[in-house]
Amino acid sequence: MTRRELPINDDGDVVRVRQLVRSVAVDARLSLVEQTKLVTAASELARNTLTYGGGGAATVEHITNGTKSGVRAIFRDKGPGIADLDLALTDGYTSGKGLGLGLGGARRLVDEFSVESSPGSGTTVTVTKWAR
Amino acid sequence: MDSVPILKIGDVLLVSIQTDLQDEAVMALQESLAERISSTGASGVIIDISVLDVVDSFAGRMLATVAAISRVLDAETVVVGMRPAVAITLVEMGLSLDGIKTALDLERGMRLLSGDGALA
Repeated sequence: MTRRELPINDDGDVVRVRQLVRSVAVDARLSLVEQTKLVTAASELARNTLTYGGGGAATVEHITNGTKSGVRAIFRDKGPGIADLDLALTDGYTSGKGLGLGLGGARRLVDEFSVESSPGSGTTVTVTKWAR
Repeated sequence: MDSVPILKIGDVLLVSIQTDLQDEAVMALQESLAERISSTGASGVIIDISVLDVVDSFAGRMLATVAAISRVLDAETVVVGMRPAVAITLVEMGLSLDGIKTALDLERGMRLLSGDGALA
């Protein structure tokens, strides 16, 4: 199974993460709309890693569960962490320069979504999208 | 850094986004477009995003900002060529692109700007 890790340290890395997620999504036989949703979510999360986490890394892999095929993407940073997760997931909430849709928007575009974060220890966001 | 070409067709400036835009390219585009609107007196701006297979909130904000700058300079913006999967994703994400006019393709966008959009 494909499993690759990419650093996220600048804008170009965000684009490379998108391209990697797209290629793994194609391998996992996600439909075009599913691919687009996942890649968009990955783009939001990679940008969060860069903007708020001060950089980090993404791990992308093709996973299976029985007959199901899907893609899991993990975004890690060692930034300041998220003090109030509920607030961060609220639409319209932004601490930076986006539209405030990053985290909440990404959650709506995937099938499984989890965040581990605490102040001072960085943030890990894991998303999974299954082919229907 | 690739710069984005801006073509002039009559009173309309056409911006074809060719690739994923990074921050610096977005800033450069906003500046050069504002200058071209001012120097040409263009009344409309068409942004063709048919090449983009992903529009995230960063790109959405870029489109909204370009439209807002153009509006202040008395030019109307139409975004054309959005792919169906991108439209579905934007709506599901909650990014409605309020205040941005859209048209299916360049031809319809031109008609919209020339004032007979209702016939399109």
